[in-house]
Amino acid sequence: MTAQTETPAEAQAVETRPPSTPNAKRRNWTGLWFVLPFFAAYALFLIWPTILGLYYSFTDKSITGRTPSWVGLDNWSEVFADERAWSALWNTAVFTLYSTPPLVILAIVFALLANRARKAGWFLRLAFFAPFVIPVSVVTTIWTWIYQPDGGLLNHYLELFGIQNPDTPVIWLQDENRAMWSVVITTVWWTIGFNFLLYLAALQTIPQDVYEASAIDGAGWFRQLRSITLPLLSRTTGLVITLQLIASLRIFDQMYLMTSGGPNRATEVAIHYIYISGFEGYRIGYASALSYVLFVLILLVSIVQFRLFSRKGA
Amino acid sequence: MTAVLDKPAATPAEAPARRRRFKRPSVGAVIVYVAVVLLAVLWLLPLLWALSTSLKTETEASLGQDVHWIPRDWSLDGYRAVFEQGDHLVWMVNSTVVSTIVTVLTLTLCVLAAYGFSRFDFPGKNVVFGVIIAGLMVPGEALIIPLFDIVGFLNLSNTYWGLALPQVVAPVMVFILKRFFDAVPRDYEEAAKIDGAGHLRVLWSVILPLSGPILAAVGIFTFIGSWNNFLWPLLVATDPSMMTLPVGLGVVTGGTACCTRRTWPPRSWARCRCSSCS
Repeated sequence: MTAQTETPAEAQAVETRPPSTPNAKRRNWTGLWFVLPFFAAYALFLIWPTILGLYYSFTDKSITGRTPSWVGLDNWSEVFADERAWSALWNTAVFTLYSTPPLVILAIVFALLANRARKAGWFLRLAFFAPFVIPVSVVTTIWTWIYQPDGGLLNHYLELFGIQNPDTPVIWLQDENRAMWSVVITTVWWTIGFNFLLYLAALQTIPQDVYEASAIDGAGWFRQLRSITLPLLSRTTGLVITLQLIASLRIFDQMYLMTSGGPNRATEVAIHYIYISGFEGYRIGYASALSYVLFVLILLVSIVQFRLFSRKGA
Repeated sequence: MTAVLDKPAATPAEAPARRRRFKRPSVGAVIVYVAVVLLAVLWLLPLLWALSTSLKTETEASLGQDVHWIPRDWSLDGYRAVFEQGDHLVWMVNSTVVSTIVTVLTLTLCVLAAYGFSRFDFPGKNVVFGVIIAGLMVPGEALIIPLFDIVGFLNLSNTYWGLALPQVVAPVMVFILKRFFDAVPRDYEEAAKIDGAGHLRVLWSVILPLSGPILAAVGIFTFIGSWNNFLWPLLVATDPSMMTLPVGLGVVTGGTACCTRRTWPPRSWARCRCSSCS
């Protein structure tokens, strides 16, 4: 109905303006109606909680439902004096530092291999991407089983190859020093598929004749890798590193399921501590202040990413 | 310099040489090839181990038995237990319902919003778009506390809507779809409008048929993301009958708190409950 009344105006507009110039759009409220449903959900489930969380961080709000009262900066000063909060942030940073390099470097290596191997390419893509689609609790169950000190798959092979004495089995998840590494290994195995896919897509956009030209100039595969492939992948690498940093800072699921933050809180990470103070300690106000500390950290990484990519231009 | 100048002359000779190299690979290439395939097999080992164990009987699979890959006593009891006992089917249904709601709503809302941003000019458009893009930098995990409160206030705890709605807000999908729509030529739409099509009709009959691959990509990523989401369902679904598959497996039957130290899932998933283990 409205379409019919609009038709003459539209037809005229088509005649008077050059076709397909974007700035010839008419300025009216129609577009807002398309944006409104999303924006309503966005306001309710993203903007509002962001504001509400900040407000809660200045109150002693509790999950028990009594009316919260304003406590000013008390939660914030408590966060900065809380050794457990610092240790959780430190563990998050350690996890990020351990997991990011292998997740980026191995992803490049795997993508280069899968891209080169012609006949086995499908198999490599399957092998490296398959773990990524498995739900986290299945991943952690499989790996918890593999890490069993007594009769687990990993220790079995360590003993078989004589790396480890069978009488003193390696303790993986229950050892303060090894627990973090164990979760890192599981995480690398599980999530590398995503970075692998990004690199594979980027590799396929590099035209083949660049390599042919350089081969004529006498460049070997290493020289090609260093002078052609890696420089052409630098944009993807920037993207992968920042996405990986943000993802690693948000670590929670694997720790919660594999170690519950233990042993002796050696793997208790930021979101886990937020979860504990909010949902086990019932201190919504304090947990909100903690959330905001993590929020600001991730925000800083995101801003670096945005600056990095807007400078390189697109 | 000379090399560059030589290039056209060398190209015809280079092409057959390359083809020959693929037909008769050198010993070094074969070794690398085998090593790469072995690496891929190594990467699949955890999955193969899970498959192997799932086909053994309970006693054969339990710890303390020697490690062997081919079951001596083939058994499908584990799979039978998954379907017959416990809440596994309920969780699977819950996961499917929640992920479907999330995917359908995300696609609908994000397509509408992206079309609005791509094809219309309205007062405050840049501000609204800027606010949505800023949302790209907000980590959902940092919002769990207030989100939980909002969902509780709306009386949506332990409901499909409470599980699904907070996952629908995906600024990145609006951004991706808008960039795709921007690249769709406007000529078709103008033709459709002359024929009397309204905006929604243009979106449905002109833009969407041209956007198949990007809609599939957004849909698949949203579905997998929601299917594998752990933290949010863990908070909202406290009632075992409302849990999704990852939460149910992780919290009720698997997980460190439970029975994984004794027997391997899926067999044990159905039998062990937190109450009986802890």
